[in-house]
Amino acid sequence: MDSVDFTWLIGGPQGSGVESGANIFSKVCAEMGYQIFGKREFYSNIKGEHSYFTVRVSDENIHSNVNDVTLMVSFDAETIFRHFDEVSSNGGILYDSELEGVDTGKVHTLDTPFKDRLHKLLESKNKPFTISGALELAKEKGVKLYPVSFKNLLESLSEDVDNPKLRGLVRMYNVIGVSLSLGLIQMPSDSLLHSIDTIFSKKPQIAEINKQVANYSYNYASAKFEHFKHSLMGIVKQPDTILVQGHFGTSIGKMVSGCRFQSYYPITPASDESVYLESNELLQIQNDRPGSTIVVQTEDEISAMGMMIGAALTGTRSSTSTSGPGFALMTEALGWAGINEVPVVITLYQRSGPSTGLPTRHGQDDLLFTVFAGHGDFPKIVYASGDIEESFYDTGRCFNYADVYQIPVIHMMDKFLSSSVVTCKKFDPSLISIDRGKLLDKVDGKYKRFAFTDDGISPRSRLGMDNGIFWNTGDESDEYGHISEDPQNRIKMMDKRMSKLDLALDKIPLDEQAVSFGIHEHTIISWGSAKGPIIDAISMLKKEGIDIGFVQIKLLHPFPTRYVKSLLKDTKTLIDIESNHSGQLGKLFKQNISRDIDYYILKYTGRGMTSTEIYDSLKKIVENKAEKREILSHGA
Amino acid sequence: MALKLADYKTDVHNDWCPGCGDFGIVNALQMALAEMGIERDKATIFSGIGCSGKTSHFINTYGVHTLHGRVLTFAQGGKLANPDMTVVAVGGDGDGLGIGAGHFVAAGRRNVDMTYIIFDNGVYGLTKGQASPTLKLGEKTKSLPSPNTNYNVNPIGLAVASGFTFVARGYSYDVRHLKDLIVKAVNHKGLSFLDVLQPCPTYNDLNTRDWYAGVDLAQESMDRHSRIYKLEDTHYEPVVHYNDESEVNEKLSQALIKSLEWGNKIPTGVFYQNELISTYEIRLKDKIPNYLENPPARQRISENGLSTTDVSEILDSLEI
Repeated sequence: MDSVDFTWLIGGPQGSGVESGANIFSKVCAEMGYQIFGKREFYSNIKGEHSYFTVRVSDENIHSNVNDVTLMVSFDAETIFRHFDEVSSNGGILYDSELEGVDTGKVHTLDTPFKDRLHKLLESKNKPFTISGALELAKEKGVKLYPVSFKNLLESLSEDVDNPKLRGLVRMYNVIGVSLSLGLIQMPSDSLLHSIDTIFSKKPQIAEINKQVANYSYNYASAKFEHFKHSLMGIVKQPDTILVQGHFGTSIGKMVSGCRFQSYYPITPASDESVYLESNELLQIQNDRPGSTIVVQTEDEISAMGMMIGAALTGTRSSTSTSGPGFALMTEALGWAGINEVPVVITLYQRSGPSTGLPTRHGQDDLLFTVFAGHGDFPKIVYASGDIEESFYDTGRCFNYADVYQIPVIHMMDKFLSSSVVTCKKFDPSLISIDRGKLLDKVDGKYKRFAFTDDGISPRSRLGMDNGIFWNTGDESDEYGHISEDPQNRIKMMDKRMSKLDLALDKIPLDEQAVSFGIHEHTIISWGSAKGPIIDAISMLKKEGIDIGFVQIKLLHPFPTRYVKSLLKDTKTLIDIESNHSGQLGKLFKQNISRDIDYYILKYTGRGMTSTEIYDSLKKIVENKAEKREILSHGA
Repeated sequence: MALKLADYKTDVHNDWCPGCGDFGIVNALQMALAEMGIERDKATIFSGIGCSGKTSHFINTYGVHTLHGRVLTFAQGGKLANPDMTVVAVGGDGDGLGIGAGHFVAAGRRNVDMTYIIFDNGVYGLTKGQASPTLKLGEKTKSLPSPNTNYNVNPIGLAVASGFTFVARGYSYDVRHLKDLIVKAVNHKGLSFLDVLQPCPTYNDLNTRDWYAGVDLAQESMDRHSRIYKLEDTHYEPVVHYNDESEVNEKLSQALIKSLEWGNKIPTGVFYQNELISTYEIRLKDKIPNYLENPPARQRISENGLSTTDVSEILDSLEI
C-alpha cells in the first residue's frame, strides 16, 4: 500500500471557526492513528481577514508542511481565490456552490498586490475574475470539484429534524466543511462524533447540534459524491501519542521544571503560553500540598522583566515569555540580570520584524539581536528549539543552565512553532532533571553573594533567607554586592562573570549544544523551527539516492565553535537555511568558525518553510544550478 | 536579642552631598525598621537609580539597587514570590514619576502589600540638576539654562488616582515624623506611598531647607513661619472606615484637593488610607487558596534532582 501523505486546507474569515474546524479534523485524523502536522496562518486582525489552516496527515513521521494541497474546503470566496492554485492536479476542492458567481471585486479583503497577480493569471488563461473562473482553471489542471450548497444543506437538515433554528446557521459552516471532507475521504464517522464530544465536553447542548450537523453533512458527502482518489480509513494507532499546540512544549515544560513565577505583557505569538500557564495555575505536587504558578500580566515588557528578576532573587524559578518587540524593551534589565548573576529564562517566540513587522507571521530574524542583546559585556545563554517536542525538554535544560551558571537564558522559539498543531510522542517529565546549581538552603557565617571562586560561580542566597543578606546593584560591585569602581576589582569581576561562558561550553553536553543528523559532502547548518522541513526534505532526497547532511545548532551563545567545527571538518559544501533575510546564523558561524557559507536558503515572507521548497533548492544546489542565495516564497 | 538602630546601618561610605535631605530619609527608614523590630534578613530595600538609589547600600537588610524607573517592578516581583518579606521601594521623583510613571500607575492598580518612598527634590541631582517631574512650570533652579517648560506632576494626586491605598507626605528634616509615617506605611495592608520632600542643597536653590522653614516669610512677618504643617494637627480625617462608595469618594476627593495645597502652606502626614481594598496577595489567594502559606519562594520543586510536579492529568488529556 502506498504511504499516506494528504494535506487538507480549510480557510475562511477570521472569527468564522476555521481554527476549531481544523482542530476537529486534526483530532479525528490523529485518533485514527495518523501523524499530523498542522499550521495556522492569520492576519493581525480580530474578525474578517483571511485565515487558513493546513493539516498534513501521514502514516509516517512528518515534521513539516508541503506545497501541494490534496483537499481544500471552503465556505468563503476568498479562500478559493487565494488557494485554488495550491491544490494538486489529483486533488479536490470542496466548496460552497452559492459562491460560484462571486467576482474578485466583491471580496474586499483581497489586497491589491494579490488581486493584481490573480487577475494576471486568470486573464492569461482567458478566465473571468470570478470563483467559477478560478475553479475552471483548477479543473483544467485535473482537480476534482465538489460543489455543495451549504445553505440548502442546512435547510434540508432543519426540515428533516424539524428545527427551524438550524436554517441559516452560518456559524455551522466550519463543521459542515469538516464533515463533508471526512465523508469524502471515507474517514469513519464515529471518530468525528467522538471528537466533537471531546471538544465541546463542557457544552453538551452545543455538542449535540454540532453532531447533528456533522452527521448529516458527512452522510451527504458520502452519498452524493463518488469516492475521492484519496481515502483515510484509519491505521493502527501509535502508543503514547499526544496532539499538541505550539506553546504546550514550553508551558508544560515550565510547570515540570518548577517555574513558579511568570510575568508577561500580551504579545503575539507569545501570550498563549502565559494564558495557558494561568489557566493551569494550580499544580499537583507528588507527596506534597498543591503548588502554583503565579502569572502576572504587567503594564509592559520592562515591568515583566523587572518582576521576573525580583521573583528570581527570592530563589523562585522565574520566567517571562515575549516576542521581538517586547524583548527589545527587556534588554536593559537583561544586562542587570547579567551583572547580578540572576538566573532567569526568557522564552522568545519570534515573529517577523523589524518593528511591528508582520505581527502574526513567522520569522527567525532575532538571532543576532538576541545573541548581542544588552549594552556592555555580560554572559548569557541563547538556546533554540527545533520543534514542539524538543521545546518541552529544552525548557528543562534552560532552567538548569540558568541556575547552574547563574545567568540569564533566552530560549528561542518562533511563530512557526507556536501556531503548529502536531502529533508527537507523549512528553516524559521524568527526563527533565532539576539542577539548581549553587543555590543555598542556609548560610553559616559571613556571606558574600559575589565571592570569588575557582569556577567563577558563587554560592547563591535568596531574598528573605536567614543570614543570607546580600546586595545587588546594576553598578559594578564588590563581593558583597556594594558599588565598587576600583579598577582591579573591575577586572576580577568582569573575568569572573565572563568565564562562565567557557565553563558552560565545557560542561554542557555536546549533544545539547548541537545535533548532527548526518554529515555529507553537502551539509546544512540551521537552527530553530527550520529543522522540521529540513529533515523532511533530506529524507525526500535520500529516497532519490542523494545524501545531504544536517547540523542543528541549538546552543547559539556561547557558540559551540569547537564542536561544530569538528562536525563539519569533512564537509565540502555548507548550506545555511533559516527564515530571515541576512542569513544570521551564517554570520554567527563565520564570526566564530572563520569559514564561508557556500549557499543560503532563506525565507522572509513571514510564512514558514515547506519541505517541498527546501527540497527543490537543495536539489538545485546538488545539481550546481542554484543561486548563492535561494529565496523561498511559497504560501499565501 | 533586640535589634538596635545601629544594626540597620552598613559601613558603606555615604557619598551624598553634605546637607543632603536624603540623610534624613535613610535615618528615618532605619529608625522605623528598628522600632518595628523587623528582622534584617526578612526585609528587602529595593531602590531605583540616582542619589536615592544608593539608599539600599546603606541599610543592613537585603538591598536591591535596580534600574532607572523600574524599582517598583523588581519590588513587586520579589514581594509576590516571597510575600513573607517586608518590602520597601525607594527612588527619586524623576525615577518614579518621570521614566517610571507607567509603573507607578500600574502598581497602584495592583495594591501589592509594600511601601514606596519617593525622594522628592525637583531635580535630577546625579546628572547635574536638570528639571525633574515635580519642579513647577516656569521655575528655574540654578543649573537650568532657562525656566522649566513642563507642568509639574502632583505625586499625591497621582497616587490617589492610581489606586494606592495609603498616601502620605513627609519632610526629610522632620525625621521623627517621617519615621512615624514610614511605620504607618509599612504596617498598612496594601500599597503605601510616601512622598518625601527632600531639599537638594546642590542643585535646587528654590525649595531649600530655609524655604521649607519659611525663613523668607519670617523676614516679612518677623516671626518664624514654617511652610510645612501636619494634617494630623488639623481636623483632617484621611481613613476610609466603611466600604461605602460615597465615603470612599469623599475621602479621595478630599485627598486630591489637599494635594493641591502648595506655596505658603504645605501639608504633610497621611492624605488617604483605605484598607478595605483587597491587596494583590488576597486577590491571588482567592484563586490559589494556599498562596500565602506556600508562595513561589517556598515551594519545593524537586526531589533527588527530579521534578515533583505532576502533569499527568494534562498529558493524559492530550493523549490520542
